[in-house]
Amino acid sequence: MRPFAYSRAPDVQAAIAHAGAGAEFIAGGTDMLQLLQEDLRSPATLIDINGLSLTGIGTDGDALQIGALTRLSEVAAHPDIRNRFPVVSEALEATASAQVRNMATVGGNLLQRTRCLYFRDATMPCNKRQPGSGCPAQDGCNELNAILGGSADCIAVHPSDLAVALVALDARLVIAGPAGERRIAIADLHRLPGDAPHIETVLDPGELITAVRLPMAMADRKSAYVKVRHRASFEWAIASCAVTLSLSGQTVQDSRIVAGGVATRPWRLPQVEAALAGQRLDAPTIRAAAETAAEGAAPRPGNAWKVPLQQRTVARAISTAAGVP
Amino acid sequence: MRSAIGQPISRVDGPAKVRGQARYAGEFQPHGLVHAVLVTSTIVQGRIIAIDDSEALRVPGVMAVISHLNAPRLPWHIPEQRPVVDPKAGEPLHLFQGPEVHFNGQPVALVIAGTLEGATEAAARVQVSYAPANGVTMFDEASARPPHPDTASAGRPGTTSRGDADAALAQAAVRIDATYRQPREHHNAIEPHVTIAAWDGDHLTLYDKTQWVDNDRQEVAHALGISESQIRVISPFVGGAFGSALRTWPHVIAAAIAAREVRRPVRLELTRRQLYSGIGFRPRTEQRIALGADRDGRLQAVVHEATAQTARYEEYAETTVNTTTKAYACRNVRTAYRLADMNINSPCPMRAPGTVTGIFALETAMDELAVALNMDPLELRLRNFADHDQHQQHPWSSNELQACYRAAAEKFGWHRRPQQPGTLRHDGKQVGYGMAMTMYPANREAASASVSVFANGTALIRSAASDMGPGTYTSMTQVAAECLGLPVDKIGFELGDTDLPVAPVHGGSITMASVGNAVMAACRSVESRLIDLARAPGSGPFAGVKLADLVCRDGAVMRASGAVGEAVPYGELLRRCGLSKLDSESHAEPGEEEEQFSSSAFGAVFAEVHVDAGLGTIRVPRLVGAYDIGRVVNPKIARSQCIGGMVGGIGMALLEAAEWDARFGRVMNSNLAEYLVPVCADVGELDVTFVASDDRNFNPLGVKGVAEIAICGVAPAIGNAIYNATGRRLRDLPFTPARLLAG
Repeated sequence: MRPFAYSRAPDVQAAIAHAGAGAEFIAGGTDMLQLLQEDLRSPATLIDINGLSLTGIGTDGDALQIGALTRLSEVAAHPDIRNRFPVVSEALEATASAQVRNMATVGGNLLQRTRCLYFRDATMPCNKRQPGSGCPAQDGCNELNAILGGSADCIAVHPSDLAVALVALDARLVIAGPAGERRIAIADLHRLPGDAPHIETVLDPGELITAVRLPMAMADRKSAYVKVRHRASFEWAIASCAVTLSLSGQTVQDSRIVAGGVATRPWRLPQVEAALAGQRLDAPTIRAAAETAAEGAAPRPGNAWKVPLQQRTVARAISTAAGVP
Repeated sequence: MRSAIGQPISRVDGPAKVRGQARYAGEFQPHGLVHAVLVTSTIVQGRIIAIDDSEALRVPGVMAVISHLNAPRLPWHIPEQRPVVDPKAGEPLHLFQGPEVHFNGQPVALVIAGTLEGATEAAARVQVSYAPANGVTMFDEASARPPHPDTASAGRPGTTSRGDADAALAQAAVRIDATYRQPREHHNAIEPHVTIAAWDGDHLTLYDKTQWVDNDRQEVAHALGISESQIRVISPFVGGAFGSALRTWPHVIAAAIAAREVRRPVRLELTRRQLYSGIGFRPRTEQRIALGADRDGRLQAVVHEATAQTARYEEYAETTVNTTTKAYACRNVRTAYRLADMNINSPCPMRAPGTVTGIFALETAMDELAVALNMDPLELRLRNFADHDQHQQHPWSSNELQACYRAAAEKFGWHRRPQQPGTLRHDGKQVGYGMAMTMYPANREAASASVSVFANGTALIRSAASDMGPGTYTSMTQVAAECLGLPVDKIGFELGDTDLPVAPVHGGSITMASVGNAVMAACRSVESRLIDLARAPGSGPFAGVKLADLVCRDGAVMRASGAVGEAVPYGELLRRCGLSKLDSESHAEPGEEEEQFSSSAFGAVFAEVHVDAGLGTIRVPRLVGAYDIGRVVNPKIARSQCIGGMVGGIGMALLEAAEWDARFGRVMNSNLAEYLVPVCADVGELDVTFVASDDRNFNPLGVKGVAEIAICGVAPAIGNAIYNATGRRLRDLPFTPARLLAG
């Protein structure tokens, strides 16, 4: 850890105005403190945004809006989330531990950094941390690294459970920045690593996620979040899948199927969605659709086992959402 | 008076711990305390060619940067008789004595500053340049060698043999032959290793996380070349250690050097990542077991060969194959133990070192043999029960293993076990039952304890023992209460200080049998003095009464005839004699029984697993263990130890593994987020039974020790249950979804 200046932002405008070079925001701190302590980040200034009025959950027009500083535990327990967007509660309750969820915020969860072992060890090369230094994960301890969306420069998994569920709900983000407010789809937030894995999102310097909007049109869908991990609790996903279904009887009108834990960003599976469209859901149909889930996968020898795991996880999530045994 | 031994009282140190009043080594605050942080190497082999500390020294508050360039040259003597906890060949790492680097993560410099934050920042600013050389970072069984003769003679021989195991194997009607792997594992106690060193002139006080204050003093004295009388080590509480605090690690010496250099007390705490290279670990071990049996399941041949990694500068070795020589009745047994030298930090004992590793392989192999014989695995073990130690050719001092099998099988409901793998389902999961035998050698070392009885009716017992969590404070209090006939709340117990009577290492599950008997002896001794006092001509209340007519009972001196109204409680006796207290100190050590008997704790562990065959996840809803641990001093804390061991066993079975990157010679998951240990959600029902046992052949107190036996047997029981659930035999730890799905 290196010394840094610390300031509390009184409002969003002040936070953005102070977010110059070398400054970073801190909210719940559950990831930032690790990054500081492990010498993975050394910002000149930490801007504490916990005092901003960006908390709470309420209906706003055609969406249920969640303030970006709302704690994960509060979101998971909120009646409107539990009843109408249960996939969010399921993803959050499978996230970290109760103690972490009491501190961690929605915005911070979406922007948490990867758990790639090489990123997390300051003595190791890592293109995310030090552009151009290399990617030892390609031929190293990569059992849990990405099989989808990787590049020669990076195969780090995006670790958020919440982001996966939000993509399955076609959530939108409200972003405040020096140039004013803009809105984007959550699916567009995270970038593929390509040859610049250190640039992880489309957020410009100084921009701040202020809210997440769940479209009411996506409420009340059949849904499921299935998370596979070694431990029964308190571990990032080794594979996960969020599914939301619009059914007519047992026939699929529309679906959104998103994989987590296996890709460099939340990984929507349009080919699986296409295979389900208009189909009556039964076990063979689901299995056949899920077979395509790892299409385009480029596993390393150490993590090829995640290909069948992803297919099975997707199949399980669709079955669970549809209530098909 | 009710017997104190055997009562399930709560920990006597519990209130202090939950109130934050228990002071751990790192919490002492000597006046003027400053902080030190280690800089560690990033190469596996080679030399330091330069250290640039100019930026570090510019960090405000930095007092010194110590490295081989400026550290004092130390004698680093090795004690004439190497401590039982130290390797017997090679030499420990001599910190800051030269430019050589032997492994990634080796301490190469130390930064001292007024604040922890300043020292941390400065440590990150020290630039070390290396001339790297090729090191050995791949575990290569083929290049392994037998242990050094000094290692071999310390109970880790390269080979043992009785009969002709290989010939008998070739002729056996039924055979299995398989390889079992266990990865490098780390202790990960929640309390990190921390040392505070404070000099007063040429006298050094160390507040250290240690399981053995007396040896800590000896090793520091030898390293620094000063007298043991110049050193005091204080360690009243240990926040978990599991063997990692048996030895004196290099950073302890570093703290002592630093405190002398800056003339201030220095606190040196290893970071979580540094705990993966600054202390030891359970070494990666590969084992081959071949078993041959007749059609009735009687063992005809047992072959057990193990290869473990060890450091190039020092030869740590384990008793991995030793259990196999005595676990079952068999005329033909051969073992082999080899070491693969690598550029790694030295491994060290970790919870049931060697034994748990060997039992994992042996008990998995026994299950495989049961499958090959189409025999109930429990029946196979009963048929091969060893009614004496066939290796040493001694009778057991006691052995209730068969009672353990019966008790655990009954409680578990073993008769409901599906005979065919993969046939039982519950809630969509495959369900399997598995079991394993477990045993752990019962040992005892010489120990001393003192007793002071006070005029206010209380007593204080002292011994330089340790309590890393198993409950030494409580169990010794109970032994003293029982012996002195005083209530538990009138007894105090002090440990963890070299100023106290000498105690052996707090490891190997020996504390109860060693220190417990010393406490008993000290109590007997003070009672004898109390009787002398009571009979003293003139002043004594029983002046003139014959020695044989007086006894100590229920905290009082009285006539052996037990005449009512004549008992004189100890406190009153002292007051009547004008004394404020009466002291006595005693020593207890093993005797001839060591040559007459083999002593061991025994147990049987049964596991139920639920496997999600689609996703490869494995959960353990239930473990049932029955143990023969001799006399149980406190069933509540003994159970706590057993469930702790079981949880450790779940971790070993399903989760724990250091991720090793051989290119860098480095553990990549060196933190508690990525090195997985069980959380509460991983732990289901844990059922512990202690079978009736009292081993007076082994020691007067009749105890054997608990601790380590409870982790042994858990991983194979779980693996065997996975086989029963799925028909898949997993032989490499940990049993992960990746391995289950690998097909």
